[in-house]
Amino acid sequence: MTWVSALDRKLLRDLAHMRGQGLAVSAIVACGVAIMVMALGAMSSLELSRDTYYERYRFADVFSNAKRAPEHLMSDIQAIPGVRTAQSRITHLVTLDIEGLQEPANGLLISLPESGLPTLNGVLLYSGRWPNPTRPDEAVVSKDFMEANGYTLGSTVRAIINGRARDLEIVGVGDSPEHIYMLPPGALIPDERRYGVFWMGRRSLEAAFDLDGAFNDVSLALSPDATTENVIDAVDDILEPYGSFGAYSQEDQLSYAFIDGEMQQMRATAAIIPPIFLIVSALLINAILARLIAIERQQIGLLKAFGYDRREITWHYIKMALGLVSGGIIAGFILGAALARLLTHLYSDTFRFPDLIYRLDPSSFVIAGLAAGVAAVVGAISSARSAANLPPAEAMSPAPPTVYSKGIIQRTFALLRLDEPTRMILRHITRWPLRAAVTVLGVAASQGLLVGTLFAFDSMDVMIESRFHRTDAYDAAIIFNEPANASAIRELERLPGVVSVQPSRDVSVRLRHGQLEERVVLSSVDPSGRQRRMLDEADSFIDVPESGIALSSHLAGMIQAGLGDEVTIEVLEGRRPVRNVHVTSLVNESIGWPAFMHEHQLSALLGEGEVVRGAYVMLDPDEEAAFSEAVLDRPGVSSVALQSTSVESFEETLQETIYIMMTIYALIGGSIAAAVTYNAARIGLTERGRELASLRVLGFTEGEVSYILIGELTLLVLVALPLGGLIGYALASMIATAMASDLYRIPLVIDPSTYGYSALIVLIASLASALFVRHRVKSLDLIAVLKTRE
Amino acid sequence: MPTPVAVLERDKGADDDVLLSASGLTKVYDTGEVKVHALRGIDLDIRRGELLVMLGASGSGKSTLLNILGGLDRPTEGDVLFKGKSLTQRTDAGLTRYRRNHVGFIFQFYNLVPSLTARENVALVTEIAKDPIPPEDALAMVGLAERLDHFPAELSGGEQQRVAVARAIAKRPELLFCDEPTGALDSKTGVRVLEALDHVNRELGATTVIITHNMGIADMSDRTIRLSDGQISTIDEVGRAKRPDELTW
Repeated sequence: MTWVSALDRKLLRDLAHMRGQGLAVSAIVACGVAIMVMALGAMSSLELSRDTYYERYRFADVFSNAKRAPEHLMSDIQAIPGVRTAQSRITHLVTLDIEGLQEPANGLLISLPESGLPTLNGVLLYSGRWPNPTRPDEAVVSKDFMEANGYTLGSTVRAIINGRARDLEIVGVGDSPEHIYMLPPGALIPDERRYGVFWMGRRSLEAAFDLDGAFNDVSLALSPDATTENVIDAVDDILEPYGSFGAYSQEDQLSYAFIDGEMQQMRATAAIIPPIFLIVSALLINAILARLIAIERQQIGLLKAFGYDRREITWHYIKMALGLVSGGIIAGFILGAALARLLTHLYSDTFRFPDLIYRLDPSSFVIAGLAAGVAAVVGAISSARSAANLPPAEAMSPAPPTVYSKGIIQRTFALLRLDEPTRMILRHITRWPLRAAVTVLGVAASQGLLVGTLFAFDSMDVMIESRFHRTDAYDAAIIFNEPANASAIRELERLPGVVSVQPSRDVSVRLRHGQLEERVVLSSVDPSGRQRRMLDEADSFIDVPESGIALSSHLAGMIQAGLGDEVTIEVLEGRRPVRNVHVTSLVNESIGWPAFMHEHQLSALLGEGEVVRGAYVMLDPDEEAAFSEAVLDRPGVSSVALQSTSVESFEETLQETIYIMMTIYALIGGSIAAAVTYNAARIGLTERGRELASLRVLGFTEGEVSYILIGELTLLVLVALPLGGLIGYALASMIATAMASDLYRIPLVIDPSTYGYSALIVLIASLASALFVRHRVKSLDLIAVLKTRE
Repeated sequence: MPTPVAVLERDKGADDDVLLSASGLTKVYDTGEVKVHALRGIDLDIRRGELLVMLGASGSGKSTLLNILGGLDRPTEGDVLFKGKSLTQRTDAGLTRYRRNHVGFIFQFYNLVPSLTARENVALVTEIAKDPIPPEDALAMVGLAERLDHFPAELSGGEQQRVAVARAIAKRPELLFCDEPTGALDSKTGVRVLEALDHVNRELGATTVIITHNMGIADMSDRTIRLSDGQISTIDEVGRAKRPDELTW
């Protein structure tokens, strides 16, 4: 006999016959599988690229800094148990004056060892050469910054180093695993035009920053058995007297944290989104098989009469379910692999890897395929069992007419004066409540998926609004090189375009509550100022408390401190005072984990009087350019961040993705709705073909007959929409929670228009299906339908 | 013509010859509101190799009896012995094995799987049988060697029923149950199907039970049983009075 058994041939032909419904289920499964493969694939590509880069260029395990630490401390640091290698450096943030760029840019200067190459945090030299130690103005510059600004080898960049303008010559193009994610100071997203890394000779930087025989930055590699916390404590003990802000491990390194955050998002995507697709596909399979088994009653009875046993019949219908999804799984694999490649490619815009390695982890296919298979089996099992349970003798006789009864719900219809077709619709729904529930749930899931994904754009809007227009309402944030006094503020006030200046004082502190501690930036707040303000949980402005400390809610969660709790502040600068204060306010911040204090309180804490670290500036919008030009020439200014630039680049990045993502989600969400309604209509048509054809014979018009089918669908879709809104809200909240990291939290905000937009997509998709089915009503062959034996 | 009682008494003495033996079969369908007594105490021995016709009007209980003898259904009371062993005490799996290994069925409406060709419909059974006749040979036996790869929708009613016959005999069943095999056919086509059944009964020695309301068919049987109201009213020894092609109705 041939290699395909007769029963399997029946299976294949049944599947071919059901191709419309198979296509609908497959489309949904394909989406779920593709998203899973994409997310897991992107995650694994990112991980492999990162690990390869880290290993090849010796990314450090622990980082620390100091204001000025004598080089001889390095032998103490080397001697810390668990330290394999340690390397001192000089790093400094400077402002850059770039031709053709209105806004100020920043450069991070990093020293290269006097001889040889860095033992840790190696630099990948793409082209050119290393700086000549005898030429202090030569630098290797990060690749994207060069490309974005059109520099080539030999170009010069003007940097304001310690108040003096110097023209740095680019002699090499490089990159480093420390700077995979290039976030300029004060910015929320990378900006390659305004932020670059400059690797320069150690001696040159020692001279420029008056650090002869000293360092201000140290990286350590640990041996495998080392305990990171112990090493951090030991490094802090050594460097704290020299103005260290405290050591931190790889996990707190900015680039590492951002890559990790992206991987966490992908993990959350893979865990939350695909199950929705798979649940809907299971529901659809359940409905399709239930109907199919009703049609195939006699064939099943026949098989049983021939001696096929329960297991064989169950397996037959399970295979059918697997057959229905198999095309979807394969399409999902292909689509997912393509999307993973696309996403990996898009990562090269965000993450600076020398080469992003695209790797598809075979396990992601296995996981996705298995998940889809399990969903199919779960969807099929009850129908398959009931098929296997059909008594052979009973299965052989045609199914008796469906019993409709006048239950409670039915009797309530009687009170309403309904026409007969409407009564048919309502009776049909209440007669098959489970099937109606499947349709409602499926449509609701598609609406939920739309709401649950599109809400991200509302959240972004809220984030931008509260960050740029409410809490950080200033136009420019300036950071000084060194603590300054009131005269620095007065000087800023005299610059062109300045409307008002508010001093800022951000200090690094260690905040302790019980056993938990965190390194935190503590900012001073001027209660009369309008430039840097705070929002409470309800998003309304609150005043900075007269006494005590205001914690961002995320920080409060990190150290498990609540209102009224006493926390210990350990200042990591200057005279390093330590003081206990009460938490007097909780602040809603979606980015980072800041803490705030009344400016007088912070001054008192630091014992520094009127010392300022920077300033928030309000500008006359017409004179922003004049201001940025003038501020660059000020000595002592280490960075200037213009809000307009930040907002612009933030929104630009958002705009790029927003339409693509909206379209993709609309297509995906719409396809679920279309598939579910098509399926329901298709089942309705096969099940009631005779009934509907009889009505046509009796003289009902096509429109009237279509009304019975489409009216039922419409009713179910309308019921599904509010439910879908609820599902969407729950999904959005799950996604917001899963994607929350220390770096930022997505606020759970859903604009009414998002519900509306989602509902519109669902309605359009359902309408399209309904029209398709109406087309089939038109082609009902009245005589043939009446002849078919149920 | 002997009385039913005499036949039953004579059968008792020939146990080795009995393939299937029913005693005291009753079947009550309880629909909740009414109880329908489909069978009211049936005693019957079916002999190895015989061609038995069961006659009865619609509702006489013949299909119910066939279902129980074929292991498709269980009696409310009574027992069926297959080669001396009880069928009613078998589990569902046991009944499945009985049907799979020993029984072939032919139905009034052919009950072919519409998505399978003639050959494949037969293969459906041969694939799970121990020592089957190849589907092609089985189809040749019923005169359908030329129609192997046609789907049911491409075959006439008589051809479809002959596929069903081929499907039923291909496993070399010891028992062949035919429920109104000619019920949906005109007489000419019906004769061809009956010829096929007669041929199979003789060639393969399959004990064949045909239930019908068509009295004309009785003449080709070894014995004919009449059922009415759930009971056996008469048993006639016909002794194959006519060949199928001599039958008229």
